[in-house]
Amino acid sequence: MSENNPPINRPLETQRRAIVVGASSGLGAALARRLAARGYRVAAVARREAELAALRDSAGPGLICPYVHDVTETEQVPLLFDQITRDLGGLDLIIYAAAVQPPVKLNEYDFAKDEAMIRTNLLGAIAWLNQAAARFERARAGQIVGISSIAGDRGRVGSPVYNAGKAGLDTYLEALRNRLSRHGVTVTTIKPGFIDTELLKNAARTFWVVSPDEAAALTLAAVDRRRQLAYVPPRWRLVSLAVRVMPSFVFRRLSF
Amino acid sequence: MNQIKTKPPLARAEANRATPTLLPTDHLEEVRAWGGVTSSLSYVYRPITAEALHEVLLLARRSGRSVGLRGGGNSYGDAAMNTENIVVDIRRMNRILDWNPETGRIRLEPGVTLAELWQYVLEDGWWPPVATGTSFTTMGGSAAMNVHGKNAYKAGPIGDHIIEFDLMLASGETITCSREANSDVFHAAIGGFGMLGIFTSLTMQMKRIYSGLLDVETCARANLDEMFTYFDENTGRSDYVVGWIDSLAGGKALGQGDVHRANYLPPGEDPTPAQTLRLENQHLGPNLFGVVPRSIIWVFMQPMMSDVGVRFVNFGKHMLGSVSGVKRYRQPHVQFHFLLDYVPEFKRAYGPGGLIQYQPFIPKETAGDAFRDILSLCQRRGLPNYLTVLKRHKPDDFLMTYAVDGFSLAMDFRVTSANRQRLTWLTRELDEIVLAAGGRFYFAKDSTLRPEVARAYLGDETIARFHELKHRCDPDGLLQTDLWRRVFPQS
Repeated sequence: MSENNPPINRPLETQRRAIVVGASSGLGAALARRLAARGYRVAAVARREAELAALRDSAGPGLICPYVHDVTETEQVPLLFDQITRDLGGLDLIIYAAAVQPPVKLNEYDFAKDEAMIRTNLLGAIAWLNQAAARFERARAGQIVGISSIAGDRGRVGSPVYNAGKAGLDTYLEALRNRLSRHGVTVTTIKPGFIDTELLKNAARTFWVVSPDEAAALTLAAVDRRRQLAYVPPRWRLVSLAVRVMPSFVFRRLSF
Repeated sequence: MNQIKTKPPLARAEANRATPTLLPTDHLEEVRAWGGVTSSLSYVYRPITAEALHEVLLLARRSGRSVGLRGGGNSYGDAAMNTENIVVDIRRMNRILDWNPETGRIRLEPGVTLAELWQYVLEDGWWPPVATGTSFTTMGGSAAMNVHGKNAYKAGPIGDHIIEFDLMLASGETITCSREANSDVFHAAIGGFGMLGIFTSLTMQMKRIYSGLLDVETCARANLDEMFTYFDENTGRSDYVVGWIDSLAGGKALGQGDVHRANYLPPGEDPTPAQTLRLENQHLGPNLFGVVPRSIIWVFMQPMMSDVGVRFVNFGKHMLGSVSGVKRYRQPHVQFHFLLDYVPEFKRAYGPGGLIQYQPFIPKETAGDAFRDILSLCQRRGLPNYLTVLKRHKPDDFLMTYAVDGFSLAMDFRVTSANRQRLTWLTRELDEIVLAAGGRFYFAKDSTLRPEVARAYLGDETIARFHELKHRCDPDGLLQTDLWRRVFPQS
């Protein structure tokens, strides 16, 4: 039984605890590192074992605990979530940062590719954040953060299912926020623009690119302020506004 | 969906563990330290019978979780917390099983609170032999912590008044323990903070009283020496003695404060005992000064909970005490004993960070110097405590005892996010003073004890003996709390 015990808690010396899903690279890894640097105990959940091990070794001993898991295996989530909350001795914050964006041609309608995107970008988020929501509602405290994207604002010619997945995530997070705010739980939607990560490899034109670490700093600033919605960096709010108000007859003629 | 390949099972990086059964989320509850300094989530179960209790133990085994026991939840720190595991709240097991008003012997379930107990026995002319400062404590929790009252130097801890108990072990088997049968478990389960088993019934001896009133005397003392002198002169002729120290007073006035002592009325002294022993005449009074409802007093106390506020209040109290000299009056038992209940939720006056209590027990030979060092160190560190209580104790024969032939000094410290670290350092310095003076500590109050300090005052032999009994009563380590893991970590 002893190996299942939570860490030793000292009443005066409390440590905050976080889960980062999708922590092996990019924004997720940067978030895990920054949280560990703040003294959090971080459960880093991701598919790639070697990257996770490197992440663990990059922080102080015991600060980052790696868990190898493929977010498309949603049936594993309840048990793994339970194990993590026990290992951490509780939970204050969960960030869902896992996402894939394979290149899609303008005339491509490949269901397998689309399904994989929905499974990672949307269903995985629902599987993990549902667990956290149920728990935080009981605790009447906690913070849920979803890394969405400005890509969720409109359906575009270049990435129909990526857009649909992020739009679904936005709506799901909004609903969670409306459910949980009355229980003292904060739900934050983060909408990054271009971050210099693997996802960007397939982007055609990019501008205002920020490093994962800068994006992580801005994300955590929004988390600290318990924001509902934050664009990363903030100037994307203007782009988003422009994109959202643009009439359809104009928008459908655009090529991005 | 079938073309999605299944990956090998989860958490390869984290060793292979037995797959636990998930427990229902709706049993998850926030469990707080009484002082509010920490809280965590646990699966809370409230069994009402021994069978239901056994069911919870079986559930714990199936789910691979440990079980922590919780009574009234009045332990200041983490003694009744079991983070992310199961907490058994025993308060629904609260039947009085047998009461003999001729002999004053009572058999009860562990969830009976002190309030329920005194209300049950009072009108027959009996009173609990040991009364804590709050009456919300359960008898099971009181026995597990081996609590004491303001008569500790005379009556000892509550364990001295327990004749026998039934203890459910982790296996579900129940054993009966007394000073004759299973006496080693008897002397270790009392004061064993719930680590050996679960009390399912307790047989206790009540104290005969002849009036519902106490003769109370209060007066002011100018410093710690005067305090000690007062205790020396009065413990022999008083049933209760307690000192309230103004911890902000320094220099020559170090240790100044008020003392209260009380005596039971001898037979025949009270002309109307049947009336004073009525429940209706034992009350704390609904309002303060007749106008402020007691339930909101803590709001008015909040601004006082600062160095300046406490200084002001203590000064006022001390001046009143000095001017009015010795005051004598008669007071219902309830008003004398349950000061903490007088202001419900008074801990909230300390603010969102809550409070911790630090209560060392120090032999009488070294207590004076040690308490002077402790009080002045707190002042030098800028962390004075706002409520300080001095009591006299006597040794007892329980394995994990905190008692000494000497004094205890209970100090409440306000905790804020800004002072947590400094408070941690301060308690480490205080630990050194206490250990050097041959002192001991009390799990019911503790939030800061470290394994090496516990080893230093309990001794390796006592700890080995306790581990041996723990292994015999609970071989799989099913019964655990945050305090157990913190103070007695398995190496």
